[in-house]
Amino acid sequence: MKLTPEDIVAIWLSLKVALTATALALPFGFALAWLIVFKKFRGKVVLEVLVNLPLTLPPVVIGFFLLLLLGKNGWIGKVLDASGIPIIFTWKAAVIASATVGFPLLVRSIRLGMESIDQQLIEASRSLGAAWYDTLATIILPLSLRGIMAGSSLMFARSLGEFGATIIVAGNIPGITQTIPLAIYDYASSPSSVTLALSLCLVSVLISVVVLVVHELLGKKLDRRSAL
Amino acid sequence: MNLRIDAEKKQGSFLLQVNAEVSGERIGIFGQSGSGKSTLMHLISGLLQPDRGEIYLNDECLFSTTMRVNLSPERRRIAIVFQQAMLFPHLSVKANLLYGFKRCRNENRRIRPETLINLLQLQPLLQRGVINLSGGEKQRVALGRAILANPRLLLMDEPLSALDDALRFQIIPYLKSVSEEFRIPYLFISHSMMEMQLMTDHILEIENGRCIDETTPDQLARKRMAQSPKGYLNLLPLAAPVKQHGLFAYQWSNNTLLVSDGKEAGEALFELSSREIILFKKHPEAISARNLFECTVAEMFESEGRIGIVLSVEGKKLVAEIVRSAAEELMITVGSTLFAAIKASSFRKLA
Repeated sequence: MKLTPEDIVAIWLSLKVALTATALALPFGFALAWLIVFKKFRGKVVLEVLVNLPLTLPPVVIGFFLLLLLGKNGWIGKVLDASGIPIIFTWKAAVIASATVGFPLLVRSIRLGMESIDQQLIEASRSLGAAWYDTLATIILPLSLRGIMAGSSLMFARSLGEFGATIIVAGNIPGITQTIPLAIYDYASSPSSVTLALSLCLVSVLISVVVLVVHELLGKKLDRRSAL
Repeated sequence: MNLRIDAEKKQGSFLLQVNAEVSGERIGIFGQSGSGKSTLMHLISGLLQPDRGEIYLNDECLFSTTMRVNLSPERRRIAIVFQQAMLFPHLSVKANLLYGFKRCRNENRRIRPETLINLLQLQPLLQRGVINLSGGEKQRVALGRAILANPRLLLMDEPLSALDDALRFQIIPYLKSVSEEFRIPYLFISHSMMEMQLMTDHILEIENGRCIDETTPDQLARKRMAQSPKGYLNLLPLAAPVKQHGLFAYQWSNNTLLVSDGKEAGEALFELSSREIILFKKHPEAISARNLFECTVAEMFESEGRIGIVLSVEGKKLVAEIVRSAAEELMITVGSTLFAAIKASSFRKLA
């Protein structure tokens, strides 16, 4: 096992990008799942399709759309450029790419969690004097924790593996935007770096195992708590 | 409590169209499943919005399409006890109990948690998680939780249907004592005639989404006598039995009632179907039935071809049921004297 200083940076960057993307997407994912599960409104189907679209689109296509949107002449890119916040080819772009690609997984899991809540629990809460936001915070949120957790770990794992969209909007700049998959891609294209590629692959496996174990442990803890 | 409702709600092919006004503290909503009872409860509590109409509680407008009023459920102060207890699974028993209380304004906090916990005997359950409670315990906590929200009106949506007979009669005294002690008016929704007789004074009968009758439990039981599988149910609270030749002898006014399946001590509630009472014009000399009373006919009523005979026995009332031809043959009229025979095994112990 051999890791160069750039590899270490790539590992930290991967973790930072995945964590930020997940944290950033979480409130939106929760709000969207809530809208889809509990609210009736026009255009719900359109919203659902839009949310799930990144799941079926090739990541490269998503990356390209993001580039159009965030690039110097894109709608959002223009505004950000004017206010002096560069996005494209920075680690922030990698975060946005990961967040977009992983978002449907997050929303799906939270939705499943919310759909398993008995409607009468919500009715009971309302009739006991809780306003809708109170019910959201004290009943829906705690009872969909499992879904939120499952969604977060899925999204975190998906972000760690993000390649296609990231390479288009963030590039593959060692030390700046190069995450683990991008570094492995670099190593894999030169025959002399097989050991280096393999080492990063092992790190990838290790991180994935840790994510899964943490997920399981937290799930067990939640089960124990609700079985009090 | 006065509730005025004139509302319409369409759900798929089902149309609920109710126009009624009820006053009282113990009101029943009676109807078979699918008749629209639950929808009506949702409209009153604000969990569903009528398509059109108005709902008033004690002259306060809860909903009105013309006045554009739609009070949100949390502001109506109408608590619900569901068929399943619906306790919040992530909270302890104590946190469940206090959920509504914490959200109740100070000036409305009439009932204190300590008083209620004592009355419902919830002390031993407080620190437990709700998952480990039995069905009856859960329903008791659910009742306590609703009461502690200090509601203006309590909606009980088939609160006993999910419980077996034994548990049902363990819960009924709690329901009664709570409503008497704290004077919270309630709407009791059920399809059980017996629960209606035990829990309500006044009834709205719902059928196919419409309110077809405003009546009393006794009138409803009389009306349904012929079609109900057990006829009219006579409910007899009896106490302090003496054992007599393997039977339980209960004092009933000036008579003694012999019952095969009694309760060793204390009070018990018995059910006696109107169909289990046999009537004689003259005193039968020898009879295997252990109970024989001389009685007078206080009243007669008809229920789909069957004749209900209200018997007066030393100031107590019993309803017996016979077919029309029997009534004609015995020439029974109001005021006539009859002998009623009841087998000791005809009394069914409820609690």
